[in-house]
Amino acid sequence: MYEGPVQDLIDELGRLPGVGPKSAQRIAFHLLATEPADIERLQHALQKVKEGVVFCDVCGNVSAETRCRICRDPKRDLSLVCVVEEPKDVQAIERTREFKGRYHVLGGALDPLSGVGPDQLRIRQLLNRIGTTTDGVDISEVIIATDPNTEGEATATYLVRMLRDFPGLTVTRLASGLPMGGDLEFADELTLGRALSGRRSM
Amino acid sequence: MHVRHLQVSDFRSWELADLAFEPGVSVLVGRNGQGKTNLVEAIGYVATLGSHRVATDAPLIRHGAQRAVVRAVVVNDDRELLVELEITAGKANRARINRGPVPRPRDVLGILRTVLFAPEDLSLVRGDPSDRRRFLDEMLVLRAPRFAGVRSDYDRVLKQRSALLKTVKHSRSADLSTLDVWDGHLAKHGAELLAARMKLVRDMAGHVTSAYAEVAPESRPALISYRSSVGELPEDRESIEDLLLAELDRVRRQEIERGVCLVGPHRDDLDLTLGELPAKGYASHGESWSFALALRLGGYELMRVDGIEPVLVLDDVFAELDRGRRQQLAKVAAAAEQVLITAAVAEDVPDELSGARFEVNGGEVRRV
Repeated sequence: MYEGPVQDLIDELGRLPGVGPKSAQRIAFHLLATEPADIERLQHALQKVKEGVVFCDVCGNVSAETRCRICRDPKRDLSLVCVVEEPKDVQAIERTREFKGRYHVLGGALDPLSGVGPDQLRIRQLLNRIGTTTDGVDISEVIIATDPNTEGEATATYLVRMLRDFPGLTVTRLASGLPMGGDLEFADELTLGRALSGRRSM
Repeated sequence: MHVRHLQVSDFRSWELADLAFEPGVSVLVGRNGQGKTNLVEAIGYVATLGSHRVATDAPLIRHGAQRAVVRAVVVNDDRELLVELEITAGKANRARINRGPVPRPRDVLGILRTVLFAPEDLSLVRGDPSDRRRFLDEMLVLRAPRFAGVRSDYDRVLKQRSALLKTVKHSRSADLSTLDVWDGHLAKHGAELLAARMKLVRDMAGHVTSAYAEVAPESRPALISYRSSVGELPEDRESIEDLLLAELDRVRRQEIERGVCLVGPHRDDLDLTLGELPAKGYASHGESWSFALALRLGGYELMRVDGIEPVLVLDDVFAELDRGRRQQLAKVAAAAEQVLITAAVAEDVPDELSGARFEVNGGEVRRV
């Protein structure tokens, strides 16, 4: 235990995800030795993240304005919506540069153990969005890109149930299978099993 | 298959132990509390990533140490594989095969297969249904490592669904609409587990009956059968899934009322009968022991039929058996490719099983 402010800082840092007691201590002493100007910049950034960041009205992604950059982009295909759990999933899909539609961020997945049900996710907003026409374009396809784990799969199943009553709407699920550049022999049985059942003809 | 080399550090009572084994019989002899069982427990850990004595990993790490390391060289059809496992308290364990790290420790499952019989196995006959379910699931994983994933998926869904049932019960306002979703996933994973367990019991039943007749020839016939919480089950997975869904629908009100999950493989049991009567409660001490042994030997035979030659581990069991049963067990064991035996007194081990002998004493192990 250190005295006063240093220990307070270590405790606060230690509550961050991915930061253990050792790392917290290292960061704290690094900050102690840092130039005051750098500290001020960090302080400013921390403050701005709560005050300056808003969530996009349309998709729920983090944004600097009421509408995020993607939802404002006129070149985006309005008929395509990709549903993801977290803003970081948007970044992951954006990096592929394959997807030209827009997103919908749920803010998590169904997780009764942590008390997360449909009301805690942005599912109602998704249903509203699909029911309305934007700039004369209807949403024609929803791609469900939740994580391929127990909670993500349950969320996907739930969404499929909610979306099947929309006429003319196609609902698809991201394929799961083998990583590119990998060796078949190193794939685990579950992944390989799914890749087999989801195979396509060539 | 056989274990050629075992090295443990900071595992249980051992700071360091290094043993070279050969095919055939190896007997570890030493007074109680010298760490014989800890060594065969380490071998069991390489095969199952679990201990036959404790449910968590923490007790496996030597008191005061950060992590335990188990290294085993396994020979299978003249092919040697070095498996290394690092067990760290409260953190994910790490595994390496032939010095190369693997993404998940469970990738090492299947390299070494063991059938371990220990005093704790008496709970297979006298203990709770959960002991027998664990026995079945361990056998499933030994036969096809994929089932480790099926089982953990099922457990996860079960946990989530149980949590949902509890909140539905207490708040009464929580959204019921997602229960259908969890029902579907529970039935899907549950049906896969159930179909596999039933096939396993069908495949193994005959071997258990004949193993029991060999070990206890004077006793009544021993039978095993799978008992599902939903009654008679069809054989194929799709029909089981439909049945589970129908059953979940039927008991839904009751489940919400009680806040627990009442349908699924986590409520099942393996019925053990001797003649006409259930073994639990009716079998004598000797009969219970023989039945537990017959379950292990049945599993061992089944693996041999599958074309796998598992390592047979007999931990401190001869002292519990009478002379006739010792001889019978020795006969079965002598035919195995490798048998590892622990005993407090060397005289307890029948003469048929005289092989390499190791003395375990005062934190040292020495071949004699």
